[in-house]
Amino acid sequence: MLTKRIIPCLDIKNGRTVKGVNFVNLRDAGDPVELAKLYSENGADELVFLDISATEERRKTLTKLVHDVAEQINIPFTVGGGISSIEDVDMLLKNGADKVSINSSAVKRPDLIDELSNTYGNQCIVVAIDAKLIGDEWIVHLIGGKEPTSINLFDWAIEVEKRGAGEILFTSMNNDGSKEGFANNALARLSNCVNIPVIASGGAGNISHFIDVFKKGKADAALAASVFHFKEIGIKTLKKELRQQAISVRL
Amino acid sequence: MRVAIIDYGAGNVKSLEFAFKRLGVNSSLTSNSEDIISADKVIFPGVGEASSAMRKLKLTGLDTLIPELKQPVLGICLGMQLLCNFSEENDTKGLGVFDVDVVKFSKQVKVPQIGWNTIYNLRSELFDGINNNEFMYLVHSYFVPKLDTAIALSDYEEAYTTALKKDNFYGVQFHPEKSSNAGEKLLKNFIEL
Repeated sequence: MLTKRIIPCLDIKNGRTVKGVNFVNLRDAGDPVELAKLYSENGADELVFLDISATEERRKTLTKLVHDVAEQINIPFTVGGGISSIEDVDMLLKNGADKVSINSSAVKRPDLIDELSNTYGNQCIVVAIDAKLIGDEWIVHLIGGKEPTSINLFDWAIEVEKRGAGEILFTSMNNDGSKEGFANNALARLSNCVNIPVIASGGAGNISHFIDVFKKGKADAALAASVFHFKEIGIKTLKKELRQQAISVRL
Repeated sequence: MRVAIIDYGAGNVKSLEFAFKRLGVNSSLTSNSEDIISADKVIFPGVGEASSAMRKLKLTGLDTLIPELKQPVLGICLGMQLLCNFSEENDTKGLGVFDVDVVKFSKQVKVPQIGWNTIYNLRSELFDGINNNEFMYLVHSYFVPKLDTAIALSDYEEAYTTALKKDNFYGVQFHPEKSSNAGEKLLKNFIEL
């Protein structure tokens, strides 16, 4: 039986792991390669590395870091941040990344999704979507959530699936950093309107939030950062509790 | 011991090289026919789309070389699927080692299947020391239906063949190089065949 995935996210800036509260106020949470190894040994199902400064500062993702991580860990990982061309993706995959995540660059030029998917297959293309509930509509945001667009979250999700995304990583800007739980209503709706896996992000604060995101939010995977980095939740403890709640996980 | 990882421009093969390095085994990425024929073991990897992968194999003549190999060959993911007769993915004719057609998951389930799934009915030395219902990492939209000759099964939309064998050819749908310690054990078993 396919299991639900638990994915620690390592936000990277200047080669170090950082995690912001509502994407601002960055705190240092350690060395990414060491953290990756630790998470892999402690039962993480996958890892995501996000160069959070990349889009804004137009920096290319840390190729050497990808190489070093791939050399040391034996679980899959995704790399995102500042990816805007086939050349970027080629370099990351060649250095050991399993998947790449694209965000603002896909909104600005949707054909990028088709190009990447046709070249590498949809299984390695994750489209990340940051969205915020404004009034009663979920609006897609760019540049780490700083710049609103006029695009509706669900319309965009359907389009990225059609264009060849293999997975959607949805971050709710309203929930991110709040530690008050995931955006389960929006997630459940998202999961129903596409037929590709949905990774939930933003709002994890305690174990019951993870139970809810799988049961109510219908997510295929849940991503979190600070609760793992600051050891507020242990991945093994979390998975045992999920299994107790009849949610299938790898233990 | 020398392992040849067939290089035909398919996605992330670096991880396979790293996996063998962690096992202390010398491996090399190569498309050179002499290197492949003379290797002790051959890995036929594959990530991506079937018809474009077949085109790349044909360009280099690897499509005729691979089915003739005599040493143990392990096809991984798309590599396994290309060893079959035919794939529904853009109606692609395969290498015909495994006498079966590859079909697509229906819309009853999320496609691609991405994540960790259990493997069971393990029937090969490839799985020595690996428990029934062990978890392996999978990423795929197409699959080999359940066969009597399967050496491992998984369940998604239905029970399907997640590993198979014929003579010196082995195929696994999952990614052993990404399947934590159990995956590394499988690669070690393959090396020791």
